[in-house]
Amino acid sequence: MLVSPRKNGSLPGRNRLRLVSFGFIVFFTTISAQLGYLTVWQGRPEKPAAEYSERVPRPDIVDRNGVVLATDVSFFSLYADPRKILDVDEAVELLTATVPDLDAKTLRQKLAQPNRAFVYLKREVSPSERDAIHNLGIPGIGFRAETKRVYPMGRLASHVLGYVDVDSKGIAGIEKFLDDQGALYTASLGEDNSRAMPAVLSIDIRVQHALADELAKGIAKFRAKAGGAIVLDVRSGEVLGLVSLPDFNPNQPDKNFTFDQANRMTSGVFELGSVIKAVSFAMALDYGVADLTSRFDARAPLVIGRAVIHDFQPTRRILSLPEVFTNSSNIGTARMVLGVDAERHQAFLRRVGLMDRLVTELPENAKPILPKRWGRLVQATIAFGHGFAVQPLQGAQVVAGLLNDGNMLPVTFLKRDAADARAMAKRVVKPKTSETLRYLFRLNGLEGSARSANAKAPGYRIGGKTGTAEKVVNGRYDKSRNLTVFTGAFPMENPQYVVMVLLDEPQATPETYGFSTSGWNAVPTGGNIVARIAPLLGVEPILTDDERKAIAKQAQKEGRT
Amino acid sequence: MLISRSDRGLFASWWFTVDRLLLSAVLLLMAAGVLISMAASPPVAERLGLDSFHFFKNQLFYLGFAVIILIATSLLEPLQARRAAFVVFLGSLALMVVALFYGPEIKGAHRWIDIGPVGLQPSELAKPAFIVMAAWFLGENVRRPEMPGLLIAMVLAGAFVGLLVLQPDFGQSALVVITFIAMLLIYGIPWILVFGLSALAGAGVFLAYSMIPHVASRIDRFLNPEKGDTFQVDTATQAFQNGGLFGTGPGGGEAKQILPDSHTDFTFAVVGEEFGFIACMGLIILFAFIVIRILGRAKADPDPFATLAMSGLAVIFGLQAVINMGVNVSLLPAKGMTLPFISYGGSSLMGMAFAMGLVLAFARARMGVAAADSAWRSVTA
Repeated sequence: MLVSPRKNGSLPGRNRLRLVSFGFIVFFTTISAQLGYLTVWQGRPEKPAAEYSERVPRPDIVDRNGVVLATDVSFFSLYADPRKILDVDEAVELLTATVPDLDAKTLRQKLAQPNRAFVYLKREVSPSERDAIHNLGIPGIGFRAETKRVYPMGRLASHVLGYVDVDSKGIAGIEKFLDDQGALYTASLGEDNSRAMPAVLSIDIRVQHALADELAKGIAKFRAKAGGAIVLDVRSGEVLGLVSLPDFNPNQPDKNFTFDQANRMTSGVFELGSVIKAVSFAMALDYGVADLTSRFDARAPLVIGRAVIHDFQPTRRILSLPEVFTNSSNIGTARMVLGVDAERHQAFLRRVGLMDRLVTELPENAKPILPKRWGRLVQATIAFGHGFAVQPLQGAQVVAGLLNDGNMLPVTFLKRDAADARAMAKRVVKPKTSETLRYLFRLNGLEGSARSANAKAPGYRIGGKTGTAEKVVNGRYDKSRNLTVFTGAFPMENPQYVVMVLLDEPQATPETYGFSTSGWNAVPTGGNIVARIAPLLGVEPILTDDERKAIAKQAQKEGRT
Repeated sequence: MLISRSDRGLFASWWFTVDRLLLSAVLLLMAAGVLISMAASPPVAERLGLDSFHFFKNQLFYLGFAVIILIATSLLEPLQARRAAFVVFLGSLALMVVALFYGPEIKGAHRWIDIGPVGLQPSELAKPAFIVMAAWFLGENVRRPEMPGLLIAMVLAGAFVGLLVLQPDFGQSALVVITFIAMLLIYGIPWILVFGLSALAGAGVFLAYSMIPHVASRIDRFLNPEKGDTFQVDTATQAFQNGGLFGTGPGGGEAKQILPDSHTDFTFAVVGEEFGFIACMGLIILFAFIVIRILGRAKADPDPFATLAMSGLAVIFGLQAVINMGVNVSLLPAKGMTLPFISYGGSSLMGMAFAMGLVLAFARARMGVAAADSAWRSVTA
């Protein structure tokens, strides 16, 4: 054995414990001495705490074709190290004389803090001011290079982009999304430390512009309070354009935006009659409780308990299923949905994602407002969208999914490639149901309430569903205030794009013969939008001879050849 | 509630036999850790894009477990404590093997295993358990020289350190080796062997230096600050300088904003910046008190096993504190070592709570101990 312990079983090295204790005392004392040397002996360092060198550059944001939507521009800020200011009075006098918008009182307060190492005096000084201040030669005054976020497109796509605060921190929209992914994500976009790779959005700025322009015209024409519009790529779930008016300019320095400027298409919920009726039809067809030959009694209002369901434009006859769709019959839709029990009704709505909050890259998203109890009356009113409010974008996502052979894709604001999209698709209804629904949409575009869309955009084969909801004012439905919605798709034989238009309180005009329902305002606006964006998106018109002649005549009249 | 001396219940007998001063010091350290975590972790959490108090909340959650482990372990009789350590040692050694093969690779090492949402570092629990195991076999060898206790202890140490090297985790390996050498010293091996083993350990460090690039660069950077990137150490130094005698006050720290590991390895620098020299001295005194107190207890205990176990646990606890603080005040090269009970980290907190629980269990006043004490015998004779 290496050691020979003492016979009595006691530990031979016990007294060496004193040595160990002594060693630790030496260690701890050394550390204390070094600590005292660092903290007390050396005093505060002259330099301010190290520059914030870990600051990650913000990536540019570009649209799907590489057009810059947000970028960083560098500028200088004026700061002071009050410890080095020799004569506060002199510094205040010189600075206020050179930069008149500096307030002498606050400046004095800032400079008279001998323990501070760093204090901002003015963010963003102009180059001439910078030179003038530099020439004053005041010790303890310096400039810090900073960057500022600039949105070259101004108001365009402002709700998607969001904005940043004065410290370049994302506050809203995709800007906040980039921050929420963490510095690591933002840095992963970066090639090197100086310039980051851009974040590529799904937005097509040309489509966005046409959308904003036509919507603004529609709002002006029908004297609506506000409005919104969405264009969705059906096959990839990408949002090509999203407008909510009134919008805002993210370049505005104070960012003092009002609630009215919020993004209605995602941060607000609305009763989207048009969408919900389409969903009701899809459900009834998919569950097999109705088909194209089904008939529904719309001769008299439907009475459930003490409630009575009317049609907006009563037909007072027995309607076939396509007629229920094109006439937008509340009675017919309610009767059809009552063939499904409440549990399966809810299950279907959950499957298409209408029962849950839609979460996209945009941080601004609202939770749906759902009925608390599911009786027969609730089922009947929900069938046509009464008492069921969701984000408009959520509605557009559902309609795109229903028309896309039943393959629903989560919508996105980032560019997505086709393979990714296919992998993400979730089947919500049978392809056969989707086909029937496409027929109903197209029929409604040819003969029903969405006719005027095709009139505005001949040859683009638009199909759609309209909806007019009475707004809830003080807890009651107000018959005089409408929210009109058009949800359409084109080209209908193989839908590629979904267009949704929403107008808030459009007014009747002489041109609309005193009507303010969707077919008279949201639908023609939607038609105008399609006429502008379809050529951009490469959809070719197929014209009948009559349409060709009409266009030629129109061109002749306007003096074009 | 008053506890009666005549009460023979589990809690009452624990209350009158446990080293209450030591227990208070450990609990005080834990409380300080929570306070410091509130200052040290928000900048890191924000940099990672998490909730500002993410690490603080986690730490508070782990602390609950740690206090339970501390008290529960200290309730054990020495024999039970030894059995608990045996089970923990085998279990965590097995988990370390699992981590080698199935654990996620984090910063190039396989140290963690995922249990649901949290990661566990089994080596943190294995450390105190290993010390108790080694003390057991060394202690048995003292009592019954015919038993090959030294050999078994050596084999255990080899297995444990081997697993640590495979992870790889050189900081922990070095820590365990030094602690084991200290235990052998107290066990009574001749000085010549102590020097021999130390030379062997030194050779190991040299081997690591020449074979493994990141170890080499750390040591080079320490010896030649101009040569490489000494960002962490420089910023820590600046933090201490900013702090001065009384500190900048909670939330006033500037350097902590950019200190990469402010919540783990460089917590001490944050204490220096925000709470100042006096608070740092308070921490040092608390650590020193705990170490010296345990070593004193170890020296007084007549049972070789208890002496070895307690001194080993005191040495590993003290060494971790010394190395961490030494790195922070730039006396030692940068080495990832957590400050016991202060740095963020659930596994380290649990492991240290287990270690201190074991110490408290061994240090409980015992009837047999008093009777075996020569001083006591002389009084009663």
